[in-house]
Amino acid sequence: MKVPTLPSAANHHPALPGNPPPCPSSQAGEGSGGRRGRVWEGDAGGLRRGKAAASDPAGASSGIAFEDVTVAYGALVVLDSLSLVVKPGEIVALIGPSGSGKTTALRAVAGFVRPTRGRILIGERDVTNVPPHDRNIGMVVQNYALFPHMRAEENVAFGLRARRAPDAVLRERVPECLRMVGMAAYAKRYPRELSGGQQQRVAIARALAIRPQVLLLDEPLSALDAQIRRSMLEELARLHRDLPSLTVLYVTHDQTEALTLANHIGIMRDGKLVAFGSAQSLYRHPPNRFAAEFLGRANLLPVKALVSDVGGLTHVRFGDAPLLARNHHGLPAGSECLLCIRPHDLRIHAGDPATAPLRGTVRAVQWQGEMHSIALEVGGHPLRLTCAPLKAPPEPGEMLALHFDPEDATLVPEDGDG
Amino acid sequence: MAELSVAVPRRAPRDFAGLWIGPPLLILAGLFLYPLALILRETLTGGTAVLSLGHFAEVLGSALFRTALYHTIIIALGSTAGCLALGFVFSLIIAFVPFPGARLLARLIDTFIALPTFLIALALTFIYGSAGLLNEGLMRLLHLDLPPIDFLYSQWGVILSEITVYTPFVMRPLLASFSLIEPAQIEVASSLGARPFRIIRQIILPAALPALLAGGSLCLLLTVNEFGIVLFIGAKDVITLPLLIYDKAIQEFDYTTACVIAVANIGLSLGLFSLYRLAVSRFEDRRHAGLV
Repeated sequence: MKVPTLPSAANHHPALPGNPPPCPSSQAGEGSGGRRGRVWEGDAGGLRRGKAAASDPAGASSGIAFEDVTVAYGALVVLDSLSLVVKPGEIVALIGPSGSGKTTALRAVAGFVRPTRGRILIGERDVTNVPPHDRNIGMVVQNYALFPHMRAEENVAFGLRARRAPDAVLRERVPECLRMVGMAAYAKRYPRELSGGQQQRVAIARALAIRPQVLLLDEPLSALDAQIRRSMLEELARLHRDLPSLTVLYVTHDQTEALTLANHIGIMRDGKLVAFGSAQSLYRHPPNRFAAEFLGRANLLPVKALVSDVGGLTHVRFGDAPLLARNHHGLPAGSECLLCIRPHDLRIHAGDPATAPLRGTVRAVQWQGEMHSIALEVGGHPLRLTCAPLKAPPEPGEMLALHFDPEDATLVPEDGDG
Repeated sequence: MAELSVAVPRRAPRDFAGLWIGPPLLILAGLFLYPLALILRETLTGGTAVLSLGHFAEVLGSALFRTALYHTIIIALGSTAGCLALGFVFSLIIAFVPFPGARLLARLIDTFIALPTFLIALALTFIYGSAGLLNEGLMRLLHLDLPPIDFLYSQWGVILSEITVYTPFVMRPLLASFSLIEPAQIEVASSLGARPFRIIRQIILPAALPALLAGGSLCLLLTVNEFGIVLFIGAKDVITLPLLIYDKAIQEFDYTTACVIAVANIGLSLGLFSLYRLAVSRFEDRRHAGLV
């Protein structure tokens, strides 16, 4: 994979008309860097950091770059040559199953894991060997990790106090950050007096109060129940709309969170980044089988690519059935590959079954409230179709004719590395 | 026609559960309360049939008792402070500094609790005693006639021994409380810009306060009543209350004085214990109120 270069984005903070200045966004004169020798200047809003201010222009936000980062414990490699760029102001989600290395990557940025090879940059600064307390990052973890003996406001003030911020800064920024996450009314509460969702809001306010260069979110919604998770997801999306300069690295195993929030998604497996791209392109054109199956549900049919058409579609053969699909990854003619079609893109063929491109036997039908999910078997391969609730759903054993728009089907290399 | 039914209250079975208090109370009375009462009677009668507080006034007013009380308190406070400081530092290192063998070291320190207390005093005499390794080495090296280091036979020697013996009593609850601190809290604090000393002061110490209180109180109680170490060190001028009781009862056969001092010693222990309970309950109240 190509070693990335890190772009910077000066003036990436559009002011929001009518809104109070958001908490972590860079105001005029704010630097970002978090090196030693910070100087807090007189006014409450003006946080400057000595040397860092010189290296980063005012109003600049910072990205994150992994350059060939490897983390190993003895012979066990948990992160293998990760090269990845999170652009300033962007949300990048790292998803993958347990043990895929996504949390290790985040912890390496935070400074809790030291790479055995490669380097990590925050902005233009190489932080590979910088201690965590000097990295100027905000971190939110799964179990909130609020300090139990401190009130919500004291939790939020902790980072500012650790950085010896003057009282004026504390007085302004603590309520501002609590207000931003909708917790102003709970400033005097102790963590145990707050619900899980409220605790996580305080944890986010605490991370934002120090105006971090980057925000690291490690499965922040995993401990919440489904309903609160959904509302927190909306809150996080709103927060990022309010703070467009905030660079976020978001680690999750939940594809919905990744698809909802992230500009780009990285899919990890066995310590390696196996796919990276914009959320939409990765979903619509997964570069390999693992990415197709991990990000959303996918029907994967083994096909043989025949000839490319001028319209950008490729004729493929599934058994004896000729099908059409997009060849986004430019697979050569005659290659063995997979046809990926999402369950909601597969439709029941209403016309003459003989004209349908696929026919399958219904194996199971599930009503899931807002949709029907039908499991089929087509040519010995399992297939799933989801659709709006049917008035007369098919019965198991019934033969069903299917079709799909070839624009919604994409060819995926079987063992490609994306 | 409506039927009227009247519920006849059942006779409650007799509850004999309360009687279970009897046997333990009897054993407690036989083994502890009765001998305690005998000691108290001895202090008040002095072996005669007349009740008097004269023995108390005489013994408690004596210079010997005051010196012993002073030594007891100084040694107990010094040892407890030392145990708390050393135990806190050792526990911090074992719990939060990753090094190979940390768990083994914790177990090794744990085994100290199983050893007889005087054994440490004996071991220290081998090292710091007048004929110990250190003094012999220095005498040879510097061509001296007398051992240059003689702190072991002062109250500092007793304090050093007691710190060595009782530090594990502080470490046990501390390590248990440290294991309950979420590592994520420390990591988040660090990412927010807190350096190690601030994390210890503001995150670890508040979480460890109950353990420090429990371990410190236990140390204080044990060191107030320590006998073996003081006897083994054999420091000439260091007389503590338990040693004074021993001297009076076993060497001088003055049981009345021994009993008066014993009662004073018990009073001191119970006083400390009450203070400990008070501190713990205050702490719990503050905890419930959310202040800690």
